[in-house]
Parts: sequence; structure tokens; C-alpha cells
Amino acid sequence: MKYVDEFRDGTLARKLADAIAREADPARNYAFMEFCGGHTHAISRYGVTDLLPANVRMIHGPGCPVCVLPIGRIDMAIRLALSHPDVTICTYGDCLRVPASDGLSLLKAKARGADIRMVYSAADALALAQKMPEREVVFFAIGFETTTPPTALVLSQAQALGLANFSVLCNHVLTPSAILTILESPEVRELGTVPLDGFIGPAHVSTIIGSRPYAFFAEEYRKPVVIAGFEPLDVMQAIRMLIRQVNDGRAEVENEFTRAVSEEGNLKAQGLVSEVFELRRSFEWRGLREVPYSALKIRAPFAAWDAEAKFGLEFVSVPDNRACECGAILRGVKTPIDCKLFGTVCTPENPMGSCMVSSEGACAAHYNYGRFRDIPVVAGTAS
Amino acid sequence: MCLAIPARIVELLPGDACRVDLGGVRKEISLALVDGAQVGDYVIVHVGYALSKLDEEEAEQTLALFAEAGLTGSSLAAAADEGAA
Ligand code: SF4
Repeated sequence: MKYVDEFRDGTLARKLADAIAREADPARNYAFMEFCGGHTHAISRYGVTDLLPANVRMIHGPGCPVCVLPIGRIDMAIRLALSHPDVTICTYGDCLRVPASDGLSLLKAKARGADIRMVYSAADALALAQKMPEREVVFFAIGFETTTPPTALVLSQAQALGLANFSVLCNHVLTPSAILTILESPEVRELGTVPLDGFIGPAHVSTIIGSRPYAFFAEEYRKPVVIAGFEPLDVMQAIRMLIRQVNDGRAEVENEFTRAVSEEGNLKAQGLVSEVFELRRSFEWRGLREVPYSALKIRAPFAAWDAEAKFGLEFVSVPDNRACECGAILRGVKTPIDCKLFGTVCTPENPMGSCMVSSEGACAAHYNYGRFRDIPVVAGTAS
Repeated sequence: MCLAIPARIVELLPGDACRVDLGGVRKEISLALVDGAQVGDYVIVHVGYALSKLDEEEAEQTLALFAEAGLTGSSLAAAADEGAA
């Protein structure tokens, strides 16, 4: 496919790997966090780690919307669906299997009789409400800045149509506040257990918000940020650009993904989002706990389409399964193989934690593409 | 669920919609979030919506940067010298 295959070219990948090896200073270590699950997926799927010198380490960040959704938010949807037989919940496919309280997930609640459906887009949820005027259709909306504009769009369409049987249970979260929380976390600031020399910035999130919001991290925290596309060569070029910044002692925002990301982003989408949503004071993230001003809620003029207001839904915080290490993995402190449940009790078919659910989760990515690398027989590399 | 791919617009449809070609598969998506997209343009598609247009010139330049990685250390230095001159 055009603009996909060229960015997966194996010969070029080897050349980029050589360039990285040449430019990385053997006398020091480099640790970069890829914020987005899309990058985590590309790194695992294409074996990018194997192409990097031993002193260049990638740390998986929290940028998968399914992984960071706390149990309590899914419980809200399940409680609503089970207690209101006239309610139909629709959501993106990945949300369905995330483990919630009482051994339930949205999918298991469906098996108990709740009307829960998978949709491909927010528009499908709105169309469903128009098709079934006798039912209450609730769109369980999750995602970073990429999925937020479509949700904003259907909310303003529902208002324009006066569509009374449609509402949104809003779980949209913001990328810059999550990055800030990582930089402020004790592991990074004081304990030094997570050395961070820079970030690979989000690809598609940045198509919407632009590259400017990251300037703060470069200036205030002296951390280089390189925004990169989701193909393997994009990731490798970004790593190379980060290494150069570290070597030069620079901390800047650079953009590898200029084919889709501009400095100011998509102003039309931004306008729509700010018309419909406002900041929440605080929002719980899986792995990061309560993060101030890190999520969006529906503005008062749209209250009639806000499922939380309409059905009086309350969020109750629920601790994660004790054995699951998702929280530490999302903060970059642990890796999937540090979890006792990995690959035994917890698999993509039967996930115990959220990181095993979506293909962009660190555990699922490692299970699907990386787990055989852990077998010691293949560990010896030529030096 | 963040994965999104570039797709070529093959037909504009009424109501901010269009049909795109994704490696041979045709799909209807919404253009409500991007202005001025035309038939033949590439857009980044995510959950049924185009998020931005893909700048083909920038794509070529990025590929050219990758190719530059293939130069050996000495030819790289030479290229840098030329650039500085
Ligand atoms: S392997 Fe499963 S239980 Fe362990 S951290 Fe990953 S998702 Fe959680």
C-alpha cells in the first residue's frame, strides 16, 4: 500500500539500524519512552528492538486508551446496561474484553443479557439511536485526542437533531497531562528507576493537537521529543533523531511525521472539541491513579446527551487485580515478563489485565510478537 | 485501537462523506474533520473519520532522509561539508 510499504522497507531498516549504531555513543546508555501503543505495536511486530544497539533501550509508555481505562469506568457501563433493560451500550471493539469487577467484562455482561454492541465509529452509534427510537443508545466513548473529535461531532449532531434517546458516556483523556504525570512521577524524578532521555511523541494524536503542546516538555523538563509515524522506519528514524539530540545536548521538539502533522494541528477538530467538551478537574487512569486536568467532560449545553448526568452514574474507584502488573508497566517501571501471570494465566484470549487486551497494549504486543525472544537459546548475539 | 492508515480518496459523497481505497478495499468514511480534501488526496483514516490530509511532498522528503542513512560515515561527512559550503 502506498505510504505504508515504503515505510516498512527491510533494506532501509538495516541502513537506519547501521546509522543508529554509528551515531549512538558506546560510552553511554539511552532510554526513550514511546508514549503511544501504536509505536509499541510497531516496535514489537517488526522486531525494532533487535535492530538497536544494546545501549539503546525503549520503554513502553501509557499511550493505549484501552490500557489506561480504569476498571471503575467500565463498571459504570456494565451497571447501567444490567440495570436498565431499555439501554443499548455501544463501543469500540477493544473495550469489550477489558476485565471489570465481579469477573465481568462488557462482553460477559452481554452474555448475561445486557444489550451491548460493537461499533466501528461514533457515527454508527448515532445511526443506531436513529434506527431504534424506542431504546436508549449510550455510546461508551474512549480514546485520546484522535477519537475525541468524532465523539464531539456526534454530540453536536445529536443536539442539532434533537435526538433524545442518544447519549455519551465520556472517557476521553489527554496526552500531554499523561506525559507530565510520568515526568513528575517519583520513579522518574527521585528514584531514578526509570531513566528517561526523551520521548517518541504520538503520531495520530499529533495530527489533531499539532506538535506545539510538547514544547513545554522540551523546555521545562529538558526532554527531547520526536513525533513519529507508526511504521517501523518512522520509529527508527525517530530513535536516531533522539540520539542526535542527546549527543548534542539539545532538548527540542522535532517532527519526523511531517507528512501528517503540522505545528498547529487540525484547527477544525480542535474547535469542535472545545465547543463540546471541557476539562475534568481530575480523572483516574489505570497505572497513573488520579491525574489532574487529564480528561474531558461534556459541557453543560450538551447535558441532555451526557450519560453520566442523564442516568446519574457514579464513578467508584476499584483496585486492579493484585497480581496484575499493568499499572507498573504503564508507568514504565516494569515489563510484561515481570508479571507472574504473563503468558500463563493471562493471555490475549483470556486477559487478566488491560495491557493484554488491545494489540497496542505492552503485554499483548509482547505476547504476540516478542515472547519467543525471551527463550535463552537465542540470546547470544555476535558482538 | 490507535492504528490508523493512509487511504486515497476515490469519490466524494454527499454530506461530508467520501469513499476511500485502502489497498484495494473500498470504504465509506467521513470528511467532516478536514477541509478541502479532493479526489486523489491521501488522508489518515481513524475510526471512520479522516483526521488529516497526508502531504505527499513531505512523505517523499522523509523517505529521502531514510535513504541518507545508507551513506557511510565518510560520505556522510562529505555530504555535510557540501551542505555547509
Ligand atoms: S500479563 Fe496480564 S496480568 Fe500481567 S500485567 Fe500484563 S495484562 Fe496484567
